[in-house]
Amino acid sequence: MRVLVCIKRVPAPGARINITADGLAVDTAFLGFTMSPHEECAVEEAVQIVERNGGTSTVLTLGPVEADEQLRYAASLGVNEAILIPTDGLDWDAQRTATAIASAISAAEETGGDFDVILFGNESADSGGFQVGIRVAHKLARPVVNGIKGIAFSTSADGAAITVAKRESDGGHEIYHVPMPAVLGVKEGINLPRYPTMKGRLSSKKVVVVQHQSDAPAGGQHLVALQRPAEQASRTVVLGTGVEAAPAIVDLLTELGLV
Amino acid sequence: MTVLVVVEHDRGTFAPATDEALTVGARIAAAQGVALHAITIGAAADGLASSLGDYGVTTVHQAHHALLTDYGPEAWATVVTQLVASLAPSTVLATGTDRGNEILAHVAALLDVPMMANVLELDAANLSEMTRMRWGGSLLERASITGGVTLFTVSHHSVEVVKTEGSPAAAVVAFAPALDVKHARTMVVERAERVAGVTLATAPVVVSGGRGVGSPEAFAPLEKLAGMLGGVVGCSRAVTNNGWRPHTDQVGQTGTRIAPEIYIACGISGAIQHWVGAMASKKILAINTDKEANMVAKADYAVIGDLHQVIPAVIAELERRRGWPPQLE
Repeated sequence: MRVLVCIKRVPAPGARINITADGLAVDTAFLGFTMSPHEECAVEEAVQIVERNGGTSTVLTLGPVEADEQLRYAASLGVNEAILIPTDGLDWDAQRTATAIASAISAAEETGGDFDVILFGNESADSGGFQVGIRVAHKLARPVVNGIKGIAFSTSADGAAITVAKRESDGGHEIYHVPMPAVLGVKEGINLPRYPTMKGRLSSKKVVVVQHQSDAPAGGQHLVALQRPAEQASRTVVLGTGVEAAPAIVDLLTELGLV
Repeated sequence: MTVLVVVEHDRGTFAPATDEALTVGARIAAAQGVALHAITIGAAADGLASSLGDYGVTTVHQAHHALLTDYGPEAWATVVTQLVASLAPSTVLATGTDRGNEILAHVAALLDVPMMANVLELDAANLSEMTRMRWGGSLLERASITGGVTLFTVSHHSVEVVKTEGSPAAAVVAFAPALDVKHARTMVVERAERVAGVTLATAPVVVSGGRGVGSPEAFAPLEKLAGMLGGVVGCSRAVTNNGWRPHTDQVGQTGTRIAPEIYIACGISGAIQHWVGAMASKKILAINTDKEANMVAKADYAVIGDLHQVIPAVIAELERRRGWPPQLE
């Protein structure tokens, strides 16, 4: 099984996100970086798929050269190979990002063979566009389903390889039988990601990060400005302290018609 | 020109979230002096047409095809894309649910045009610039879009729904898309319904615990209180990362986004990723030992204290007022 997982380097914000003076980016001067939470689970899933079925896993990112840090983190968890599509450091729009990723995937498949499964996070933590994985799948003419919280492999009645993908719905869950090669957008909760071992950290330093240059044109969506939502003035009513507040809580619940 | 709303449904059952896209669609149609159309996909949804006039929809396109038996992102998006080709609407929108964002992303990929996910603010007369959610809503992005039809989703829980019952019924037009089995390769083939009961997404009361709860066992009083109020238990990401509760209980940007009548946050500090999942709650009560906690600062109500003492006291007070234990003469 050949598995690819696509990730994005994003800031790890604290209790408040600050914006740069030009209003075009998150001020990361005092922030560390991570990958989006859904993608941490996608990386774990890629490693587990190879552990269970054999094969190799590859991690890909599009971002500044500093995203090497996230690629090596994935490698420290057990991913075998890494691809970086370097950018100018600015956030690329979804169309441009998808074009660049699809072209890097095609190049990697020319040399190493097709990926049986390509994993994305359901949406990135920062821009949250809900579309890059879907656009990449269409460019590669492969099926794609988002929101996946369970992956298994099987064969269909006519003997073709399929991915059995589980997605939560309001009233339970849905199952999709996606022909392979498949693209899946996974959600946090599909697994509990492991932490890197010391051995993993050391071996991740030796992984060769293959660079794929992209000349993808900009798409049709342009960032005009970022802004923080209007802060509501603090208007917290303190109902009391400790157990003495219990009657006030029950009064409140009664007022709301919930008792 | 027209504005087209994609009606979300599950085998014919209307998804109430669609209310929001219909409300915004009606605003745009009115501001631009164009007609509001809607599309329902699959014969099972034909019955929805009769109520869509209440939102100002004048025409409902009912897509019928033997392959449209259940939800399938590629099939649904192909249908919408084919209707876009024949109807040439100026704008296509849905509500930013899992399915809404997924369908419009597929449509955008098929048409190679931008798709703005989770729009919060717009000028109904001019959609060339809109404001959308980033970071699950803790940051706003003003963005411009160019190229062809305008595709976007309305951020769920962000719109006050407007509908007038008893409005004139919408005209119904059958639409016959050209589909083949390839479009049905990503369709729901099987499903498991959860045992009847309230879910985190729809519960009127959510009693949620964070790192401060301390252990899986210590959730028992939260379970009891939630049960007494007809609600469910939720939790923060710290709790699921510790393996104390399943991820299906997680409230937040990467968990479930909730909108109960009241959210009772116990021992939760309120990091932004958690806050954005809870902020649509009508009322928030924070119970925390730390009066400086972000959750306390942002809540409508707060109790400063240890949840391990406060929750049992609330349970006892509720039982007392409900006449238990009985007062013996």
